[in-house]
Amino acid sequence: MVTSGWKVGTVTATRTQTPTGRSIDLAVPGWPGNVAGQHVDVRLTAPDGYRAVRSYSLASSGPGESIQLAVDRLPEGEVSPYLVDDLRPGDQLEFRGPLGGWFVWRPEQVENVQLIGGGSGVVPLVAMVRSHAAGGSAAKFRLLYSVRAPEDAFFADELAALANDTFELTWAYTRTVPAGWPTPPGRVNRELVERVTFAPSPNLMTFICGPTGFVEAVSNILVDTGHDPARVKTERFGGA
Amino acid sequence: MSIFTRGFSGRGRDNNPALPPGQYLTEDFPVLSAGPTPRIDTDVWEFTITTESGTVHRWNWEQLMALPIEDIHTDIHCVTRWSKLATGWRGVSLDTLFADVDTSYEYVMEHSYGGYTTNVPLADLLDGQAWIAFEFEGEPLDPEHGGPARLLLPHLYFWKSAKWIRGLTMMAEDQPGFWEQNGYHMYGDPFKEERYW
Amino acid sequence: MPANLDGNVLAGPLSEVFQFDSTTALVECMHCGDVKVFAVAQVWEDPMGLVARCSTCAEVLMTVVETATGTVIELRGIASLRVQSEAVAD
Repeated sequence: MVTSGWKVGTVTATRTQTPTGRSIDLAVPGWPGNVAGQHVDVRLTAPDGYRAVRSYSLASSGPGESIQLAVDRLPEGEVSPYLVDDLRPGDQLEFRGPLGGWFVWRPEQVENVQLIGGGSGVVPLVAMVRSHAAGGSAAKFRLLYSVRAPEDAFFADELAALANDTFELTWAYTRTVPAGWPTPPGRVNRELVERVTFAPSPNLMTFICGPTGFVEAVSNILVDTGHDPARVKTERFGGA
Repeated sequence: MSIFTRGFSGRGRDNNPALPPGQYLTEDFPVLSAGPTPRIDTDVWEFTITTESGTVHRWNWEQLMALPIEDIHTDIHCVTRWSKLATGWRGVSLDTLFADVDTSYEYVMEHSYGGYTTNVPLADLLDGQAWIAFEFEGEPLDPEHGGPARLLLPHLYFWKSAKWIRGLTMMAEDQPGFWEQNGYHMYGDPFKEERYW
Repeated sequence: MPANLDGNVLAGPLSEVFQFDSTTALVECMHCGDVKVFAVAQVWEDPMGLVARCSTCAEVLMTVVETATGTVIELRGIASLRVQSEAVAD
């Protein structure tokens, strides 16, 4: 499904998610609904006509005319600081979408799903977890979520509350661990991947999203441990 | 239909009268990358000028360094809207390199290591307007900024100053280079805001 | 420095021109002959425009420039493009 052209949404709520990121709810008249994992391009226009466009994943999915984005502020960014620091309820935003039909999960898919997210790369994966929970899917879901420190996690409480016998959540902390955490901080490595994620299987689809370096490292581990590259879908959002 | 975004002005955009229209001043030196950064050792580096007769004029690094080297102080303007004022470079003038080149063609294609191309009229490369530059602010030019050597053609938008310069080929007619085939202007004068065609 | 993005990011700019979802299209590289979905292409976010390169051989597949007045797409390195019929918009 492709819907071209720019739409206008109105911000209905914002919520602080992390010290550098927040979620943004918008009402979008005429929104056609979207599949979990899709994104939108957001366009900002300055008074002199200067424009900047960036892509952001949707944390929401399904029918309805309200959507949710979640954005992390990039230190050298041009668009993300505006979205995180300046945008407020009642403001209008232009965007096009829903976009992308490859990095998506549909409720009718029956295979097990492994999600691996780094930082704000968890956003499209959160949409998949929500879609999975809402649809009562029998597919087994696991999420391995890598963050620098506990406070850097997007949707932490909601994800924890959704964990049940069909959704297993594992945290990885790269800089700071919570008090009493059994292991020291560290990057996602082969040992952790083999311990907490699904083993290679033709009945498995894996989605990885995060900074480019994270996606490269994790997808290499998966392929090295026997996963079929055709069953590992990746989405990079830049950065280190 | 278009709406303006309340409170958004873009990064550091301002109306400095010293700048070409639509530009903002930056103290950084932003890196633009359309592909992997070529790593060219000066041991294997060479620069050529190829004319319509098939004659290839060729310089290796040692030969380039033996030519008269000039200090250049100039403003530079990127089509992505940043400008830097009073930057300092060292390089060899294209007047020196074209001294023994016999051509009746009026246009030039710049070719880079890595495959990039950009087109320019020959007249814009001569009369003290262009250099093969290999130092920036007293340091060897970083590979990210086009080292070991790039073209420096500061009176046009900076995409005309090809990084990782490898050679120039004379052309009978003005042919578009990499970005010029994709919507960018054939000439690119920043003071006339010739960004796109 | 690696490419910082992948073909997923092209979905928006290409939607201005194509009526199909570009991320699921199968792209054949003119340089090495490899065939992959467009989503896995390396995409370099040059501020002058997006440059998509083959994830196998790194040669240029496509460039996308959004100018002041429209979108310019050049398919210089694509030998063929296969679009699944269900991916075509209504």
